Amino acid sequence: MDLNIVLEAQDLTRKVSSPEGTLTIVDHISLQIAAGETVALVGASGAGKSTLLALLAGLDLPSSGRIWLAGTEITTLDEDARARLRAERVGFVFQAFHLLPALTALENVMLPLELVGRDDARSAALAMLQRVGLGPRAGHYPRQLSGGEQQRVALARASVTRPAVLFADEPTGNLDTVTGESICQLLFELNAEAGTTLVLVTHDTQLAARCGRMLTMRAGRLE
Amino acid sequence: MRPVQLGLRLLAREWRSGELGVLLLALAVAVAALSGVGLLVDRVNRAMLLQASEVLGADLRLQSPRPIDARYAQQAQADGLQSSATTALLSVVLRGDATQLANVYAVAAGYPLRGTVRISDQAFGEPQDTHTLPAAGEVWPDSRLLAALGANVGDSLSVGAASLRVTRVLVSRPDQGSGFVELAPTVLMNQIDLPATELLQPGSRASQAALFAGTPQQTQAFSKWLAANKQDAERLRDLREASPEVGNAATRATRFLLLASLASVLLSAVAVAMSARRYVQRHLDVVALLKTLGASSRFALALSASQLLAIALLATVLGSIVGYLAQNGLLRALQGLITTDLPPPGSGPLFMGLVAAVLLLAGFALPPVVQLSKVPAIRILRRDMTAPKAAAWLGYGPAMLSVLLLVLWVTGELPLALWFSASLAAVVMVLGGAALLLVQGVGSLRGRAGVAWRYGLANLARRRVSSVVQVIAFGLGLTALLMLAVIRGDLINSWRDSLPASAPNYFFVNIPPDQRQAFADYISADQGEITRLLPMIRGRMTAINDQAVAQMHFAGARGEAFAQREQNLSWSDQLGAGNRVTSGRWFDAADNGKPVVSVAVDFQESLGLKLGDKLRFDIGGETYEAAIIGFRAIKWDSLQPNFFLMFPPGLLDNAAGTYMTSARYRPTQSSTIAQLVRRFPSVSIFDMDDLLGQLRAMIDKAVLAVQSVFVFTLFSGLTVLLAAVQASRDERRYESAMLRTLGAQSSTILAGVLVEFAAIGLLAGVLAASIATLGGYVVASQLLDVPYHPDPLLWLGGVLSAVVLVCLAGYLSTRSALAQSPLGVLRQG
Repeated sequence: MDLNIVLEAQDLTRKVSSPEGTLTIVDHISLQIAAGETVALVGASGAGKSTLLALLAGLDLPSSGRIWLAGTEITTLDEDARARLRAERVGFVFQAFHLLPALTALENVMLPLELVGRDDARSAALAMLQRVGLGPRAGHYPRQLSGGEQQRVALARASVTRPAVLFADEPTGNLDTVTGESICQLLFELNAEAGTTLVLVTHDTQLAARCGRMLTMRAGRLE
Repeated sequence: MRPVQLGLRLLAREWRSGELGVLLLALAVAVAALSGVGLLVDRVNRAMLLQASEVLGADLRLQSPRPIDARYAQQAQADGLQSSATTALLSVVLRGDATQLANVYAVAAGYPLRGTVRISDQAFGEPQDTHTLPAAGEVWPDSRLLAALGANVGDSLSVGAASLRVTRVLVSRPDQGSGFVELAPTVLMNQIDLPATELLQPGSRASQAALFAGTPQQTQAFSKWLAANKQDAERLRDLREASPEVGNAATRATRFLLLASLASVLLSAVAVAMSARRYVQRHLDVVALLKTLGASSRFALALSASQLLAIALLATVLGSIVGYLAQNGLLRALQGLITTDLPPPGSGPLFMGLVAAVLLLAGFALPPVVQLSKVPAIRILRRDMTAPKAAAWLGYGPAMLSVLLLVLWVTGELPLALWFSASLAAVVMVLGGAALLLVQGVGSLRGRAGVAWRYGLANLARRRVSSVVQVIAFGLGLTALLMLAVIRGDLINSWRDSLPASAPNYFFVNIPPDQRQAFADYISADQGEITRLLPMIRGRMTAINDQAVAQMHFAGARGEAFAQREQNLSWSDQLGAGNRVTSGRWFDAADNGKPVVSVAVDFQESLGLKLGDKLRFDIGGETYEAAIIGFRAIKWDSLQPNFFLMFPPGLLDNAAGTYMTSARYRPTQSSTIAQLVRRFPSVSIFDMDDLLGQLRAMIDKAVLAVQSVFVFTLFSGLTVLLAAVQASRDERRYESAMLRTLGAQSSTILAGVLVEFAAIGLLAGVLAASIATLGGYVVASQLLDVPYHPDPLLWLGGVLSAVVLVCLAGYLSTRSALAQSPLGVLRQG
């Protein structure tokens, strides 16, 4: 494997059972993504983008095929080993933010650092919150923040561990155009600063266009 | 971050959402019920042990008809135990010309080793504890003896050949016994004076006892030594043996209270299970997110488990406080039933509360929480992904195991635990079946009502399982309360009313043989109606079919008690009213003087006897053997004199004894009873009206105590209702928003909700009142044999209170869900 390749998939297939029979969501996909690359996964609803993202991030296992993430073959790992790998090498940003409502903004950002046992979790999280412009709101709970602010917290949480790969699933999908644009800006800035690989699922062609590479999915296959 | 730390931090925030309140409440009610009753039971049991040692006047008591070997006391002293001795014999006590047969009780220094002697300064005076004994040359007669002899403090009495001065009046001594006929007047004297009385001659009938007391370890070791070294005729009694005499009724009553509290615990378990399911639903996303961020399944499990444990601890603290207060309330309710001073509450029952809370969580909440920790991380992207379903044994196994462990722990014996579990399951199944039918029936009515009614009844029928669970949960406590109300009110009154006006109202025992005719004449002359005069002698059953009773074991405490205690024996050629021969036959003229015996069915069943069995008795030192000729069923509530063991005339006529009878007697003047006492001083009189009044008061108190325990059950039922409402909360929020969007008024939605809860209350009330009425009928017709008239107030009160309580709880718990803005709710979907 090329040392510069941070994410590689070989002949990935994901099938699910449904009342209508077996559906193939991801159909024999192979790809390689180099370190520091920004890749947009685009396609119509139901094309299999989110499923491919979940497979690449080790959230789900393929029906067949192999995946290497940061040099580790994740398709041979169990759930907990994949979780450990995610804690160390992967960041996530979701459309629905997925902040823990019971924790403050700061505590939400501290969470991934604490999961890997970092002693400087508080200071590192605070620095990252300041970087995304939310230093003064560190003690606020998610319900006290606007949608854009919540997504900034989520971005800070995803970036604070300096992951090898940052996965973003429709990061602007729940935001208005202006807020979405500013979040987009921040996402690429953070990515550039850390040299992180970015894999982005989006419907937004403008957002996709800002990525170094665009992969289009149709009916489970890459075009 | 450690999972425990994160779990507690999340818990503190989640607390504000109010979702965990029901879980906490359910656990706290369970802990309160169990620890409240547990505290009381613990105190009563410890008091019983103390009281048992008082009944013995010691920790160990060796009784013998012959003088006791002095080396026992020497050995006891060497082992560090205290010892003392008593001698009891019947003798006539004289003052001038006045005579009275009395129980002369001579005691050695140190008596009593346990318990206290109570005395007063004058006859019938104010009692006070004393730690002294009559000095040499002194006696302490009881008030009855003084009255019979017309004596006062300061007079001298002749006891045998000695003349002793009365210095105090004996009120009670710890080892005096509480039997029906052990109420002969007593005189307490110092053993130093015993030789001077010359009462103790070779062959004289005296009962000697050696008393020993020490630490439990010393007592146990000495008891073993004594058992190995004592003579066959010597009888060793320890606390274990004495306990049943004082503690059986109380122990059984308190154990029943514990079982009653278990009903509450098990209902709370249902609420815990429902709340746990809700907890899992609410935490699916949290666990999926944590896993996405890199947390392991173990981390997720530790997080949830720490939250549940924290809730258990909090519930234990709250429940224990309520339990402690409830225990005080229960004690007040039982005042008079528990006559001894109870030791202060121990910490054991509080620990029991904690274990119960942890067991409930482990059985009912942990299995779903374990499944929660297995939620895949992919749920963060795919909402349809949920926790994998557990195998059936994993889902229900821990719940059943924790229930069985709890029941076993509380009951202390497997058969009772199984019996209780099976009975509860049967009651739940009956209630469940009936509730299901009612819910379906009510649901079918919805087409005939307005919008609010249709909405409410449709909800009831749609959430059928939940509705049935709520009806059962609420109905169970209510059934118990109403049933107890029936027993407390109607049945006791019915039984009392059913006694014929001519039923005897006095019992007279200890009538001297030579006075029996005079006594009967006296009562008749005063318009009294004597039933029948029967002789009464005391005897101990020593063997059945040549096998020594001491070496035999009998099923049940009653059998053991029958075998161990002295029996009252009688003889007659008349079967007697209220007696029916169930097998064998009654005596005929040819049986006179023959060694045969007729046995009561109660006695037969407890000891497993059959016709022809040979029973051996020790009566006043002489041995008699008699074969069972027949069995009799006795109607005890006829209030006629009756005996478990009856012999034909001519066999025991020479054994020393007294007579007893009962009578319908309305003394013409209140002073007549006092005259009767003076005329027949040795006769003990029992007024049945007084006894019935006392019985009624005791039953009232016992029922009240049990009822207060079932109030916990009612609360547990309410927690189930709250848990059910909580489980349907999101659904209700959505429905209410939809209805309001469609233009429904808030009042219409509220009316619909109230209809739903009113129907649940109504069904629970109807079920409870029906079962209580049926139970009342069964108890009345089968056990008491009296007519039973259902009480309309029971129905009205039961149903109305159920409707009001359930509506109130339902309204309070759904209020916030109904009040949310339709837009916000519909946006969330």
